[in-house]
Amino acid sequence: MSNSEIEKKAITKFLIHLHPVNVNAQAIKYTRTFGLGGIAALLFVILFLTGILLRFAYVPSEIGAYASITYLQQEVLFGQLLRNTHFWSGMLLVIVSFLHLIRVIYSQSIYYERRKNWLYGLLLMFLVILSNFTGYLLPWDQLAYWAVTIMTNMMSYVPLIGEKLATIVRGGAELNEGTLLRFYNLHTGLLPLIMVFVMSIHVWLVRKSKGVTVADSSKKEMVPTNPQLVYKEIVVALALILLLTFFSIFVDAPLQSQANPLVSPNPSKSPWYFMGFQELLLHLHPIFSIFIVPLLVTAFLIYIPYMKDVHVNVGVWFHSENGKKITIWSVVYAAVFTFLLIVASEYLLKFQLWMPDLSLLITTGLLPLVLYLVPSALFLYVMKQKLNADKTELIMSIVTILLTGYIVMTVVGSLMRGQNMNLFA
Amino acid sequence: MNLIKKITRRSFIKRSILTILSLELVYVFFNLLKKSNDRLKPDNLFEAGKLDLFEKNRVYPFSSRRFYLSRLEDGGFLAISTKCTHLGCTVQFSNNEGKFKCPCHASAFNKYGEVLAAPATRALDIYPITIQNDTILVDTEKPVKRTKYESSQITYA
Repeated sequence: MSNSEIEKKAITKFLIHLHPVNVNAQAIKYTRTFGLGGIAALLFVILFLTGILLRFAYVPSEIGAYASITYLQQEVLFGQLLRNTHFWSGMLLVIVSFLHLIRVIYSQSIYYERRKNWLYGLLLMFLVILSNFTGYLLPWDQLAYWAVTIMTNMMSYVPLIGEKLATIVRGGAELNEGTLLRFYNLHTGLLPLIMVFVMSIHVWLVRKSKGVTVADSSKKEMVPTNPQLVYKEIVVALALILLLTFFSIFVDAPLQSQANPLVSPNPSKSPWYFMGFQELLLHLHPIFSIFIVPLLVTAFLIYIPYMKDVHVNVGVWFHSENGKKITIWSVVYAAVFTFLLIVASEYLLKFQLWMPDLSLLITTGLLPLVLYLVPSALFLYVMKQKLNADKTELIMSIVTILLTGYIVMTVVGSLMRGQNMNLFA
Repeated sequence: MNLIKKITRRSFIKRSILTILSLELVYVFFNLLKKSNDRLKPDNLFEAGKLDLFEKNRVYPFSSRRFYLSRLEDGGFLAISTKCTHLGCTVQFSNNEGKFKCPCHASAFNKYGEVLAAPATRALDIYPITIQNDTILVDTEKPVKRTKYESSQITYA
């Protein structure tokens, strides 16, 4: 091949070389991965491109921000569609990344040579949420202003450093133009840059551990990547782009009136993916809900693949048939119990009123936490006795309870709370 | 032990340079973040008005400055911040009910800023008041955090 031919095909070759020449036939079955990682990467590219275009219209200042968004939506050709696409891609990226995380946990794809990649994955999840959150403020409307106010004030509940942390994030005691500028720079500069690096490492580590996990590693039937895998990827990518475009044509990204620091809307909510935290904060002392619980959950997630003496069936969904049963029971248990406890804590359980002499840390912190942990421990014990759950299955059960609990709190917080944050209002 | 053995002179120097450089960058970055904080701070006192302008047992809004001036029965003053101590929403004073209400999560406070209804756990912040030549000056840049109301927080003419 001559030099000019190599140059001409450089981009195609680069894209093809992201994959190996041949792949395991099981690995490219759609239900193996649901293409979630690829979808997330494509969404990142869409966000990158639409984001670059949006930068030409957006003005990151207190006076200019809101006006530039309305100008974009009303005066610019396809401006509204551009913003919608960016907005919905961003929201979808949070969901898809979360599903991707769930997929790798339940298909046991985070152990051994994939440990390190699990950590990079968690880092990416964090970066995705951070990107979404910093972008949330930029329209500078009431929704944005108060969501970020609430979120940064939640941060200030972290013991010792919380107040300083919140001040550094906001650049002051209140949200102001400085906050807008630093969120804009993080959102359109630093975060995407870091994400490109971490994503590259993430993909490279997948290649290094010889691709995605397969259910039966003894079967080694290989098929050529091109066209077998490439065609599937193209179909999924086109379907996604089509759906996203249609959705963005018909559903507008929300834009409320311009931010007004003097009037808080009723109710004020943080972005929906943080609503689980805000809900938790209603039931649990801030030190527990904002600091101890998230810290323990994160530490647990990091620790899972490093646990000793566990027997894992790498690549097998839910570890085993028994594991599937246990996971389903855990979902049912956590969904029902979390919901009941939310309702009970709203109307019945008022430890701080019954025992006014005790510290709030105990009445609103420790007691509710124990009230959640004891039944959950009992549930795990029953699973162990009745269904013979082994260590791996118990870990999966704990993960399931945590995830389901957070999802229930998110749903209750964002959909079932109305005026004054009253339940069912 | 293993870790110590691995460090050679070359790697030590390499790591030191990298560490110092990163620390320097982090330091500069955090100072940049702090900087804008000071830049946006005006440092003058806010002049609320003459003493006799305010009736006893009433609460006056200064919404653009984010505080309410509460004059108590005995003539003392409290400058109460409008920032809810729960999650930072802006509270409104309801004259009918005689209390501050947070529209976000239904916390309520009385005219001293004391908590009447959860989820807030802390009394509303206050701003230092000084009275010069019968004029009330409020330092709106220095909110004072307090857990509960005490009579020592009141300023008298």
